[in-house]
Order: sequence, then structure tokens, then C-alpha cells
Amino acid sequence: MPRDLSIKHILIIGSGPIVIGQACEFDYSGTQASRSLREEGIEVSLINSNPATIMTDPVTADHVYLLPLTPESIIQILEEQQIDAVLPTMGGQTALNLAIEAGKMGIWEKYNVRLIGVDIDAIELAENREKFKQLMIEIGMYVAPSRIANSFLEGKEAAQEIGFPLVIRPSYTLGGTGGGFVFSEEEFDDKLRHGLNLSPTHEVLVEQAVLGWKEYELELLRDDNDNVVIICTVENLDPMGIHTGDSITVAPAMTLSDTAYQRMRNDAIKMMRSLGNFAGGCNVQFAINPEDEKLMAIEINPRVSRSSALASKATGYPIAKIAAKLAIGYTLDELKNQITKTTSAFFEPTLDYVIVKMPRWNFAKFAGADHSLGLQMKSVGEVMAIGRTFNEALQKACQSQENNRNGLGADMKEWIQTNDILHRLEFASDDRIYRLKDAIRLGIPEKTIFKLTKIDPWYIRQIKELVNLEMELIRYNVAQDIPEPFFRKLKVNGYSDAQIAWLLRINEQEVTDQRKALDIRRTYKMVDTCAAEFEAKTPYFYSTFDEENESIPSDKKKIIVLGSGPNRIGQGIEFDYCCVHGLMAIRESGYESIMINCNPETVSTDFDVADKLYFEPVFWEHIEEIIELEKPEGVIVQLGGQTALKLAERFHKNGIKIFGTDYPDMDLAEDRGAFSDLLKELNIPYPKYGAADNADEALVIANRVTYPVLVRPSYVLGGQRMRIVINDDELEEQVLSIFKHMPNNKVLIDQFLERASEAEIDAICDGEDVHIMGIMEHIEPAGIHSGDSCALLPPYSLSEEVIETMKKYTIKLAKALKIKGLINIQFAIKEDKVYVIEANPRASRTTPFIAKAYRVPYLKYATQVMIGAKKLKDFDIQKHEEGYAIKVPVFSFGKFPNVDKSLGPEMKSTGEAIRFIKDLNDPYFRELNKKRSMFLSR
Amino acid sequence: MTKSDLKPAVLLLEDGTIYRGHSAGKIGTTTGEICFNTGMTGYQEIFTDPSYFGQLLVTTNAHIGNYGTKNLDAESNSIKISGLIVKNFTNEFSRKMADHSIQDYLETEDLVAICDIDTRSLVKYIRSKGAMNGIISSEILDIDQLKAKLKQVPSMEGLELSSKVTTDKPYFFGDPHSDHKVAVLDFGIKKNILECFSKRGCYLKVFPAKTPFSELKAWNPDGCFLSNGPGDPASMDYAIATTKEILDADMPVFGICLGHQILALANDIPTYKMHHGHRGINHPVKNIVTGKCEITSQNHGFGVSPDAIKNKLDKVKITHRNLNDDTIEGISVIGKKAFSVQYHPEASPGPHDARYLFDDFISLMSSVKVNS
Repeated sequence: MPRDLSIKHILIIGSGPIVIGQACEFDYSGTQASRSLREEGIEVSLINSNPATIMTDPVTADHVYLLPLTPESIIQILEEQQIDAVLPTMGGQTALNLAIEAGKMGIWEKYNVRLIGVDIDAIELAENREKFKQLMIEIGMYVAPSRIANSFLEGKEAAQEIGFPLVIRPSYTLGGTGGGFVFSEEEFDDKLRHGLNLSPTHEVLVEQAVLGWKEYELELLRDDNDNVVIICTVENLDPMGIHTGDSITVAPAMTLSDTAYQRMRNDAIKMMRSLGNFAGGCNVQFAINPEDEKLMAIEINPRVSRSSALASKATGYPIAKIAAKLAIGYTLDELKNQITKTTSAFFEPTLDYVIVKMPRWNFAKFAGADHSLGLQMKSVGEVMAIGRTFNEALQKACQSQENNRNGLGADMKEWIQTNDILHRLEFASDDRIYRLKDAIRLGIPEKTIFKLTKIDPWYIRQIKELVNLEMELIRYNVAQDIPEPFFRKLKVNGYSDAQIAWLLRINEQEVTDQRKALDIRRTYKMVDTCAAEFEAKTPYFYSTFDEENESIPSDKKKIIVLGSGPNRIGQGIEFDYCCVHGLMAIRESGYESIMINCNPETVSTDFDVADKLYFEPVFWEHIEEIIELEKPEGVIVQLGGQTALKLAERFHKNGIKIFGTDYPDMDLAEDRGAFSDLLKELNIPYPKYGAADNADEALVIANRVTYPVLVRPSYVLGGQRMRIVINDDELEEQVLSIFKHMPNNKVLIDQFLERASEAEIDAICDGEDVHIMGIMEHIEPAGIHSGDSCALLPPYSLSEEVIETMKKYTIKLAKALKIKGLINIQFAIKEDKVYVIEANPRASRTTPFIAKAYRVPYLKYATQVMIGAKKLKDFDIQKHEEGYAIKVPVFSFGKFPNVDKSLGPEMKSTGEAIRFIKDLNDPYFRELNKKRSMFLSR
Repeated sequence: MTKSDLKPAVLLLEDGTIYRGHSAGKIGTTTGEICFNTGMTGYQEIFTDPSYFGQLLVTTNAHIGNYGTKNLDAESNSIKISGLIVKNFTNEFSRKMADHSIQDYLETEDLVAICDIDTRSLVKYIRSKGAMNGIISSEILDIDQLKAKLKQVPSMEGLELSSKVTTDKPYFFGDPHSDHKVAVLDFGIKKNILECFSKRGCYLKVFPAKTPFSELKAWNPDGCFLSNGPGDPASMDYAIATTKEILDADMPVFGICLGHQILALANDIPTYKMHHGHRGINHPVKNIVTGKCEITSQNHGFGVSPDAIKNKLDKVKITHRNLNDDTIEGISVIGKKAFSVQYHPEASPGPHDARYLFDDFISLMSSVKVNS
């Protein structure tokens, strides 16, 4: 059936601020959906309160509403626009909940708006544990024995009936919030109470725990004609018991026979059909008992999800894009495969590579948090890696993590205490895969490892192969001794030059030189949905060490943009927004745009955003190889946050051109000592400070600058380990803690300006002129990390004089630092005196916010300035200044029940929302302002 | 055993292209027509599918061997491919229900294989140059010697191979008290086709490929089945003749893959050798009669001519088409109780979307019974 022509204008609901369990994958799906619908000539309106998204950009939708996700906002949009239908499946549970709420209030009916791509009954059925279980039993599926409880008493009865270990799962919560294992009666009462509290309907499911079964996920697409395809099957390396969002996952399934897989496929389709008749995406989760391959239905999500973003990137099949077309009536056989452009969209992608997804955790940010992994998702982001062997993909995933590892171990961070390792194998945390390798290295038998982890022996043996390779490697003394076939084999198994260097205790450069001398170079293969059966022209590549290189550089001039890697606290979706705009500006300026990134949730890794996408770790060795192949004019490091910026030094040393501000100038801004000298020279005030190499020095400095002082390691992200201390004892404790966790680092001690106001400026400089994009004033006093504070654009309480001083300092600094492109400067204002706290020579967290609020394509302008295509005077910048825009941080504390929720210099928020107000009498603002000093701790 | 300890092996194609890798399976030399299968599961089922007789199989999945092999998963009594070409030969396996590792299995079955090949580049090559003969060896590494050996391998076109894989003598399958009796012409049948019939209440008598119609009829079946199998269907005069007789007798008939091609040939619609065929478990097919789509398991290097069929639309109806390239995937004979599909509704490996065709055939046989 061709598309429904009665639909002319569609409203897409976004997912709001980033929280754990609902991240930028919904920016990707919403953006895809919007583009897909506009391709059909449909007008798209879009609502989302998250300003850091690409979906809320004027390039994505016809009408963007940066409004709170409430029924009132929906009414406002429906009053202003002639909406025919609403598509609520692209914005996660948040969008669905809003659509359901608006439905119950009769809003859709009143405005004659159809819900498309969704079956509300199906959603409610899937979310209601008891009904879901009953349905599964009716259609002949096996489910874990369970009972629903709506009260404490019912919960106790259920536990008695089912026995321990069991699982408590609250109904209608996100990312498994509040769910958990209960191993004994003693811990049951507390967990039951917690679960009942967290469920909006005060309902929990008490279920028998199936520990050690293997876990799988299938991504399905169905059209109006009930045609179904499976887009991707994902195998969890971590078995049942660890939330799939916290599991390392692999595609295609590595240990599944066709007989077992086809039963799973049949059951997935049966389950989807039993839910209702919706057209769109659906995710089904199964467990398999490895003993007899008995299959158990775990969960079904009849919407686009985090796993569909991963499945899209893993296979090249753009699920959200196709799901949007299905929602307006197309059937799969009417659509084309978006990668080959010639074959049918009704098909099942096949992979000739291996995908490993690895979650990114940020436990260090949540003091007091329980670091163990379980039913509740705790990771804040993820990376995906592609290789031609499992080991290659696994090690590339480790290299993508950006947690100072060079692969799966083979660095100085191995553990050697058997008991500690065994404990970590049994009680999984963020490092289990590393500990698994440590265990093998120490000779702990495979059987024991399996008993403790229930990780399929196939994976244990693959990692054992790595340990064997390392044993063989350490027999050599220098890189020149390694025979070519063995060297190649190490690379095929994903080893970075840095790992090989460490194992041989030699310099990384020696390894790289020898590797290049042997001509062991990366080749690039295409992700094409069809294992090369059909010709594909989509420029989506990954590296491996194989014979044929498919990525043939064009003769156009090229510029590479470095992405920001996995989302984490302090570096999230806002940098992806910057990268996407950068790519568009590069294209517009007549260059070929090349993207390097490894975060599957992002828009920047969509295969048609850049002219060429390398889905690779943002890791030196991988980048260098791409640069040597592509020979670009240069790279852009200002857009990908600290991840990209950190690599600037290496580019500089290797003679690779950095577009925009030069490395020595960026380093000047980052180097506290040199930067303070510069401020002094420019006659700009700054808090007294000092840098210490040990605790004694720290004490001397602290007493010189006087308490309270701000203590932090140098070169960190999001204020990691930054604290305010008020006396010698606290200082000593804090300094020792930093040296323990981050050796080889300096400790910076700054005078803390108590009760000062904070503000920041984002600006663009082209070497001659400086344009102030926006000034944001924090509502909370200094001491709370800028990412965690509420802020107003423009300032609301600072005097004209102060504002002028800030502007003056910005211009001075931008020129002195020879900024070409973006700069962000943080100020503290005390008794009308303006201090500069820090300067970031790159796109900041607030850059997208200002661009959205003022409706100016600042990232595009900044990029054109960086690459020298335009000067500031070439732009006619018209800011849309009306009232104030408030930036409101959003936290995910709900995931960490015992965590310290107070705020301080270390950033803890996971996302942010934008809210426009007309004036300062706005009740929302008044409430925030009233509470401004409440949260500051240390 | 680490990979660098493996013996070197070489793959030489008819046009002189050389791929070097390492030996897997049995040490030796083997020849055949090169083809690739894009399935991510079901390698053992593919190895043992008699339709692959005489072929060197390239698997595109990155790892092969991960879940070992299981005797019950075989589609016939032995490996039928002539040789195997893989990227990562993964002998370490994990499956509680498995019987053997892939290396043990290949050694027992005397199959020569080559690994550490850039299979993706090879697939791209076959995709552009078309199917051709090749030779794999882990004992002869001299290219000239291999070239000489390769020259002796006949082209697949015009090759009759069914008689090499068919049963020697008739045998029975299933429950004798079943509702229906199906006479099966074995051109190289997969075990799971028999299972699919028998599970649906059919008792089967499987006949050698060259069995004359009179013998089939003597058993008094309710319907006839034309099986899958290897080789060029146009070379199978005996099967085409038998099928014509079945049609003349107005007996219900169902054909799969080679059987489909035979049914077309029996209606004077020619077949042709495809450029590089369809082999995989993700091929999209649309049932034109119902409008529904199905994901199918496919394995064929010959097809029913889409041009010639245009002149025969008074005799046959096109029931199924491939959504990728519009090739003919299914036909039914007008005025007869005969239909066939190019793909494999029995799957193994592959999706079970098309199993309804077995039910359709049983309904067809039932309707004949009711009418008589």
C-alpha cells in the first residue's frame, strides 16, 4: 500500500534531556524519522526540551518547539499548527508516556490527530508485566515463574511461593530502574519497598531469577501488511542478570546454531504479532538455557529503542528512517535498501564482520554508588567497534572507551591478586572483561571462570587466545624480532602498537615504525547490509587487517572531523551536535567531509551525514592510519569536546594541520601556569592558584591562597575529582586521593571565591574580529560545576559594567590566544570584580544551547571561520533575542539509590533542558532562584 | 595450535586469480565451481545440502565453526560441498549439544578447506566476474600444477549431477498410517524436506532420480514431489519426461529449487545459468497471489528464464517474485494441480516463513481426494 496521502503534517515527540537509559539514540531516531518524512513532502513539527540535539535544529524539522514535554505544550503546538498525525515512537518511553497522557486527556481526539506507528494497547500490554506474562503463556511461550504484587504483603507472599534467588521488577520504569536480584530473605523487605515506591503504579513483579542463561535481543520491523523482517540479532556476552544496556553485546550471534536461532526468530515474530497490529520497530529479548537450548521470553518493546540505534549502525539498515515510512502507510516491499539503493528494504541484513558494543560507565562520578552491575542500567554511554574477528572488535571497543586503556589489557593496569580477581568475576562491575583476561593470564581454569561469570566458554577461549599471543610475543626483545606473520596476527587480533610496545617494554614509535616497514597497514571495508552480495556505494567504513582496501580516497580536498567518542558525564550529545554542523559546513565550503567516531547512538555516525564515515575508535593509531590514507587538508579538533582536543598535541608533533586555533595556543589555554601568566600580562584578574607535585607543596600553596580552596587534578573532564576543601586535613586527604587514583598528574589549587557569581561567554574569533555569541549567568553561586548549574541567557543580575568587562576580557583573551574558531571563557564575579577562571579553546557544552536560543547557526559559522572559508564580517548575524532562556541540568540519581546527591565542583548531571521565559517574574525562574544556594556542598 | 603454525594453502580460480591462506580440514586438493553463501547461521546444513555437490563454498560470516557440529543438524548423510573457503576457521566451539568440532568433522568427512582468506574481496570478485571453477590445495602450492589440474574440471553448465547424489534404491520415510502418500523424486533431497512432509501427516516413498513414472504410479501416491538437487536442470531429460507424465496424469505435484526448474522445463520454459546465483538465508520474495512477503532460504545457480516465461503465461502463472532482482521465484501450472518454488521453504538453514507451501500442497492433495 503506498503512503497515506491524507497525512500532510506530522508531530514528532522527542525524548527530552539525556538520562541513564534514554540517551542520544533518540536524537538519532528522531532526526532520521524527520528527514525520512520530509523526503516524502510531509511537513514536520518537532517537540523536545533538549537543546543539545540535532533533531531540534531548523535543518531537521520545519517547526521546532523547544518546550517542556507536557500536554500543555502539545496543546500549544496543535493550536498553532495543522497537525494530522503524531509519531510518538521515536522518543523513547518519555514520548510514549506523553502521547498516552495526552490521549487520556482527549487532546488527540479534540484536535483530530491520529497516532501513527504505535498501538497504545500494545505498549501498555508490553509494559504491564503481569498481562505480558499471561499473553506469553497463552501463545505458548515459556516465561519465568512470577507473581505480581501491589502491596508489601502481596510481595512477601510472592517471595514465599517463588523462593530465592528472585528478581523484583517495578512496572513502568525506565532502563530497569529499581529492579534487582534478591538472594535472601534478609534483603527482601528493603528491596520490595524500594521497588513499590519507584513504580508509578506501585506495582512490582516478583520473578524467579534465571541466572546464567544466555541473553539475546532481536530487532524487528513490521509493515501494515504484516510483513516482518529481523534486522539484527544481538548476543549478550554477559549472561542474564546484567541489564542489556550494561552488557557487552556482540553481533551477529557468535554461539547460536541455525536451529536455535530460527526458533528464536519464529517466537519473536509470534510475540510481536500477539501484541497487536502496529507498523514499525520492535525489540524482543530472549534467554536461552545453554544446557538444552530451551527458550524463554523476557521482554518486548514495540518501539524504536537504544538497541535499534545500535542495530542500525551495526548492520547499516536505518531502522528509524524505515519505521517512519512504515508509519505513514508504506509497506517494506515498496521501499529500497538505503545502502544499496537497488535492492529491497524487505530483507534481513547479513554481516561479514563482528560488532562489539561496550557500555561506558562513569562510576567515579557517583561517590557512594554501588558499582556492581545488575538489572538496573548504570552506564552513561556506549561505544561500538567493528572488526573482522571477535578479538579485533573487542580490542577496538576497549580502545574506543577512552579510559586510558590501549586495548583489552596489556598495559600497566592488570590485576595480579587472584582473590580480588575472582571476586570481581563473580560480582561484575565495569572492569569484568579486563579481570576475565587477568584470570586467564594467572592460569585460573576456564571452568572456574565460567562458573563465576557464566560467560559462554567461546568468549573465554577467544580471550585465552589473546593471552597465548602475549606469551608468544614477550619472547621477543625488540620490534624488529617479531616475524611478519606473527606481527600481522597480533594486529588481526586487535592489538594496538601501544600494547605491543608495553608487552615488549619498548617505545610505541618503534613498534609503529617496524609495522609500517613490514607494510602491515589497515585496510578498510564497507558496512553494506549484504556481505558484498550487492554493490553498495554508501561510504561507511571500518578498518581491519585484510587484503583488499575498499576505501579509495577521492581527489577532492578533504577535512576530517574528530568525534567525541562515548557519551559520559561532562561530554555528551552537545558535541555530536557540533560535529554534525561542522560536517555540513565543511561540505558547503566545497570540501569532502570525513567523520571519525565510535559512538553508535549519535547522528554524526549516521552513514549519510558526512561524505565519508569511518566508524573507528577516536584513538591515535586509528586516526593516523586514516590520515595517511586520506591525506586530508587537515583535521578539526574543536568540535569533539576534550576527546578530540586531547589529540591535538599528537597532530601537531606529526605535522598534521589542525584547522582553527593552533596547538601551542590551545595548549596555552589548557596549561594553568602559562595561562595565568598570560592573564597577568593582559592585566586580567584570576583567582590565586598554584600547582603541586606532592602533598607538602599543596599545603604551602593552599595556605598562601587561603582557604577555602578548590583542589583538582590538571587535565580532566567535567571537574573530575574536583573538591572544595576548607582546612589542611581535608586538603591532605583530597590530594592523596588524587595522586592515588591519577598518578603522574599535577594537583591544581585555586582560591575559591565564596559567594561569587559565575558566568560564561562563548565566542567566535577569526583572528581579527571577535563575536560574542552569548553570555550565560549561573543561578547558583560559584562552586557548582557549570554543567550542573542552572543558567540564564542573557545574564539577569550582572551589572552593565560587569558585562562589558567580561566582553572586554573575552576579546583580549581570544586575540592573545590567537583563537581561530570557538572559545568558551568561565568567569567568577565577586563584589563587581570579574575573574577569569578558565578558557576552553573549543566548542563548549553551552555552544549548541546559545545557537538554539538565539536561532543562529553558530557552529556552521565557527567551522567556516576555522577552515578559513569565511571571516566573521561575511556573516549577517541576527540574534533572536526575546526574554530569557534557562538551561536546566537533569540528573540520573534515581539509578544510584545511595549516592551523594549534593552538588559541587565535580559535574554529575547527565543531560539538560531548555526553557524559555518572558521575564524574571516567571514562576519557574523564581522557584529556581529561591533555591539557588541550597545544593552547594563540596 | 596458533594460526601461524598452520600449513599454507592456495585457492586458484579459473581466470588465474590467486588467493593465499592456510589449510583447514583435510590436507589435500579439491576442485569445483566457486559460490558464496551469505548466511550467518547454519554452516553445517549448507555443507551437507546435496544441491551444493561439486561446489567450492565461500562463507561470508566472519567466524565459521563457533558452535561445532551436531549429527542431527546434517541435511544428508555426508558433506556435499567439494571445498570450503572461510575467513576465520574457529575450531574452538561452544555448544552443549554439539557432537564435534568443525576440524574433526571436516577431517572425518575428508573435506579440504582454506582459511584466512579475504572472503569479502573474493565475494566482490565473484559478484563482478560471475561463477567459475576453482581449485583449493594445501599439498600443491605450485600454481602451474594447479592450473593443469583445474583445466580438467568440467563447467557446471550442462552438467548432470543429480544421479551422483540420489538414493540408490527407494526407501520409506514417516508414518505408514499417515493421511497422505507422497512419491518423492530424489534429485539430491535435503532431509528437512522429508521432515516437513512427515510432520504434516505425509508418508513418503523416496525414489531414485531416474525412476520412471510407472514405478511412482504403481505405489499409488496422492501426490508427487520434485526435490532440490545439484547441476544443470536442462541436462535432466529423464526428470523432465517423468514430470510431463505426472502432469498428464493430473496428479498433484510440488517442486522445490531444482524441482521447480524441472517443472518449468516440463512446460517448455527454458532455464539459464545465472551470473553468480542466489545463496543465502535473507532473500526477499513476494507472493503475488496473497501480496505477502517472505524471507527465504535460497541456493541456486540456475533459474527459470524470465523472458521465455512471458510467452507461456497461458500455461503457467508466476506466483512468486524476488524483490531484489525480480527473478521468477514460484510458478503454478494453469489447469493442473502443480506448483513449485525456486527457494527452500523447508529452510535448514534459514527462516521458516515459507513453510505454508507444504500445507498448501497437502490441501491440494486433500481437495483431489474429496473430489474423487
